[in-house]
Amino acid sequence: MKSAWALFCRDLVLTWREGGAIGTALGFYLVVVAITPLGLGPDLNLLSRIAPGVLWVALLLASLLSADRIFHNDYEDGTLDVLAMGPLPLPLVAALKSLAHWVMTGVPLALLAPLLGLLLNLPIEAFPLLMLTMLAGTPAVSFVAAIGASLTLGLRRGGVLLALLVLPLYVPVLIFGVAAVSAASVGPASPWPPFLILCALSLASIGLAPIAAAAALRAALR
Amino acid sequence: MLSLANPTRFLGIADRVIPWLAALTFLLLGAGLYLAFFVAPPDYQQGETVKIMFVHVPAAWLGMFGYTLIAIASLGTLIWRHPLADVAAKTAAPIGATFTFVALVTGSLWGKPMWGTYWVWDARLTSMLMLFLLYLGLIALWQAIEEPGRAGRAAAILALVGFINVPIIHFSVNWWNTLHQPASIFRAGGPTIDSSLLTPLFIMALGFTLLFVLLHLIAMRAEILRRRVHVLRQVHVERAAMA
Repeated sequence: MKSAWALFCRDLVLTWREGGAIGTALGFYLVVVAITPLGLGPDLNLLSRIAPGVLWVALLLASLLSADRIFHNDYEDGTLDVLAMGPLPLPLVAALKSLAHWVMTGVPLALLAPLLGLLLNLPIEAFPLLMLTMLAGTPAVSFVAAIGASLTLGLRRGGVLLALLVLPLYVPVLIFGVAAVSAASVGPASPWPPFLILCALSLASIGLAPIAAAAALRAALR
Repeated sequence: MLSLANPTRFLGIADRVIPWLAALTFLLLGAGLYLAFFVAPPDYQQGETVKIMFVHVPAAWLGMFGYTLIAIASLGTLIWRHPLADVAAKTAAPIGATFTFVALVTGSLWGKPMWGTYWVWDARLTSMLMLFLLYLGLIALWQAIEEPGRAGRAAAILALVGFINVPIIHFSVNWWNTLHQPASIFRAGGPTIDSSLLTPLFIMALGFTLLFVLLHLIAMRAEILRRRVHVLRQVHVERAAMA
């Protein structure tokens, strides 16, 4: 338990001190959302209708930017070999690293989302649910991204391949995330059924994705 | 299955089976196409365009069959380390992707006269498109990893993750579509198919399945031989380096 906590804190500190990772993701998120109205025209009614979808798609892309870093540095310097032989089970290691990725990427992106919602004329009443939905959905994003990161570990152009592998798997998260936010902003349906399904998707990813990621890490490390 | 674990024995069986299978496949496909295009009556509503169905439906079915086959082979790779399982998974991916692509293209061509547009974001179409993207991901992963052992295991993990996700994707796309637009194109229940159309469809489905198996056997044979050539070359280079 203590070593698990130590590993988690180590990952957080490393990401923080390395700098740039959070800033890049947030900046990318801002740029994608800012550039969308330029392509679609400044019609505020249209923007407020498509705001949930734009915010969610941009969030997926932004969190994929840093996804290939989940295992990369530890793989390069051999830490991952030590971890694989250490006392912690490898699925737990993968889970802790995914969790650290969520804290350092998913949470800041979810907190930034309302600000970008203003740019897209999303009604203010929908903001609490927007943040809540993104906080509930981003664990699934980080944990599934860890599968992609472990599969593409050490490959050339791994980052692009990662996006190709993982984005189709995000379809359910995207659909239910957008459904919950849309229901909150334009109605008339209740936002809670899609929100609860989103929570279920996140919980299932937390439970299952580390097993797949650990298996892929074993294949990469042998 | 165990007796097939020996690649040499597999090659022997494949060599004997392939000519017969090829003959049977072409016989069935020929009969099916003849029945579909010359015997089956045009639909009273859709006219002659209904004949696209005879290619579209079997292709869609085999697109899904291919992914299931890959998932089963992936279990073989991960659990039993069956030496032919990753050969089977690797060679099935492009074939399955092609059938899925054929289903998408024929569906699109069928959609133009029926719905007035080449593409609608209908739940089924979208699910098939996602299946196609999953196939592309698998093929890309196979090509990105050079070491065959790791590539096989990585692709097997990805295939199983995708296989768990396919029903979830289908379910969520269904939800999404009913949320955005009411079902206006596909009526609930749908018209039942008359036996004059069903018989050729059945023959075509059987013919397509045999075609899949035939192509898969040929591709597996080629892959095994390719790996042997690769090993022989390596040995050759090593010997040359020693001398």
